[in-house]
Amino acid sequence: MTATAAAPALPVSREHALALLREMILIRRFEERAAELYSAAKIHGFLHLYIGEEAIAAGTIPVLSSDDAIVATYREHGHALARGIPAAAVMAEMYGKANGCSGGRGGSMHLFDAARRFYGGYAIVGGGLPIAVGLALADALQGRQRVTACFFGDGAVAEGAFHESLNLAALWKLPVLFLCENNRYAMGTALERHQSQTDLRHKAESYRIPAEQVDGMDVLAVEAGTRRAVDAVRTGNGPQFIEFLTYRFRAHSMYDPDLYRTKEEIAAWKEHDPITLFAARLRDFGLLDDADLAGIEQSVAGEIAGAVDAAEAGPWEPVTELLRHVSAGQP
Amino acid sequence: MITKTTYREAVRAALRAALLADPRVFLMGEDVGRYGGAYACSHGLLEEFGPERIRDTPLSESTFVGAGIGAALGGLRPIVEVMTVNFSLLALDQVVNNAATLRHMSGGQLNVPLVVRMATGGGRQLAAQHSHTLEGWYAHIPGITVLAPATVADAYGMLPAALQLEDPAFIFEHAMLYPTEGEFDPAQGPADISHARVSRAGKDVTLIAYGGTLAKALESAQQLAADGIEAEVVDLRVLRPLDTETVLASVRKTRHAVVVDEAWRTGSLAAEVSARIMEGAFFDLDAPVARVCSAEVPLPYPKHLEDAAIPQPRTIAAAARELIGAGAIRG
Repeated sequence: MTATAAAPALPVSREHALALLREMILIRRFEERAAELYSAAKIHGFLHLYIGEEAIAAGTIPVLSSDDAIVATYREHGHALARGIPAAAVMAEMYGKANGCSGGRGGSMHLFDAARRFYGGYAIVGGGLPIAVGLALADALQGRQRVTACFFGDGAVAEGAFHESLNLAALWKLPVLFLCENNRYAMGTALERHQSQTDLRHKAESYRIPAEQVDGMDVLAVEAGTRRAVDAVRTGNGPQFIEFLTYRFRAHSMYDPDLYRTKEEIAAWKEHDPITLFAARLRDFGLLDDADLAGIEQSVAGEIAGAVDAAEAGPWEPVTELLRHVSAGQP
Repeated sequence: MITKTTYREAVRAALRAALLADPRVFLMGEDVGRYGGAYACSHGLLEEFGPERIRDTPLSESTFVGAGIGAALGGLRPIVEVMTVNFSLLALDQVVNNAATLRHMSGGQLNVPLVVRMATGGGRQLAAQHSHTLEGWYAHIPGITVLAPATVADAYGMLPAALQLEDPAFIFEHAMLYPTEGEFDPAQGPADISHARVSRAGKDVTLIAYGGTLAKALESAQQLAADGIEAEVVDLRVLRPLDTETVLASVRKTRHAVVVDEAWRTGSLAAEVSARIMEGAFFDLDAPVARVCSAEVPLPYPKHLEDAAIPQPRTIAAAARELIGAGAIRG
């Protein structure tokens, strides 16, 4: 590569760039493997893939500190992995094994890790937002300088809980970072068919919450936007809102025949694949070569193989323990 | 020192004692602060404890109940007041899908020490939308405790008992009870919330009631006594988990059971109690279990129709007389 004096450098170190790339590739390959395992009847129930949206989890979550909290949705494998929940614990959870991150009780849609302050996947759309408001309220009342990051999709914007939660967080100046992953579809209903105002930032602005729209296919833009918003939340002046423009390349769930959008539309968005784009950019700046990429793929493949092995080897919870975890006093 | 006071004042005294005892406790809900509570249960608490701990909320039931869940996850001991059970329908998603499930879905990593209080019941000519009795719906849900204080002593003692739980508790205060008078001992400590209680001893028939119907059952027992029928009255007190043994012990003695419930008959808590008596004391019965429930109609506004729709001392006594007559014929 011929560097010219005018060429701007990427605002990240090679090491950091490769870490971001690896995180996105890990999420992509993990989910590709999960889809295969679903077809092989190793994973059951609902499985909502994040493929196409990886830049958001990879770009936001590492910006948070380990004291900050995360509330996610049912499409949360990527967030769990980005938070550092071991791939083996996530995969075992999807199998329903006792060594899963929720002891097998939750499955793909309900990943939890209390120690990492990962407060779970919520599978009723919009249901996690009030929880995030409450976590932030607890921090505010106890004088802790922590942020609660709350992920949700464009579909949630139609729910009453969205509006109630934004209003309450703004009214009480709570440290919530609202992160809208706008993938343009509420299950199968396009944004234009479920929102009168499709520029979702304005919803937040109407509650006087500072809001920004960010390209969710560009991991560096995601990271920079998240840094600005997290810094603002930490000043104690209330919530911030980011709308990430993104797209899921796969169907809503494994049950979805994907009849509501055109092949051309999907193909056009795949031109913006966050992994391909970022890798190409790193190559342009001389931060990535074939050997680097092969190394990442190899290390990710090893991690996923280990995760599948752990899930396969994990124990089933005995049926005699069926009634556990309903209330205190039960083992 | 035994104190004679109103149910309303007992609730208020319990709230005040809880706020004094534990800095993690705070109260939030609609009009709990400046207004002093829709039923004046929090009158004066804002002045004493300040707006951080006595929090007026917007009319956003889903979000302030959800925020209570989040705040409980965040280490606080929230008391959420939902003005009435009628409005709690707007928060049912948070109750059923989050409060009751988080311990389980997380494989025991999380728990939700949340107390929710609300007024319930009819009898004040408030018509079809403000007169619901839905405690039985809540009692259907595993993972939560459902309390129905029917006396001044329980109004005072059940709140601190609920606050000691590690899981969500719902306290249903029948709106007709607030002005009623009774006795409690401020030094009594938390009430037992594991057992039903025999409120009146008798040998001929067991009247099983809770909340707003307890006083009616006791009144009907007096009417029956005039006829030489000695009714035993059981106050269920705890609707989930039900204390089946206290009910069965009484029914085994009297051999007749009338279950009184202000909810609609179909699918009611009375149906559950009745089924448990069939399961546990069938061969001790001299007659089929009888139920006195509300008529299957939205509660009407005119007083004569509302009175006819809900259980009354007269209708409870009539059911008991008929039952004993039926038993005598069969016997």
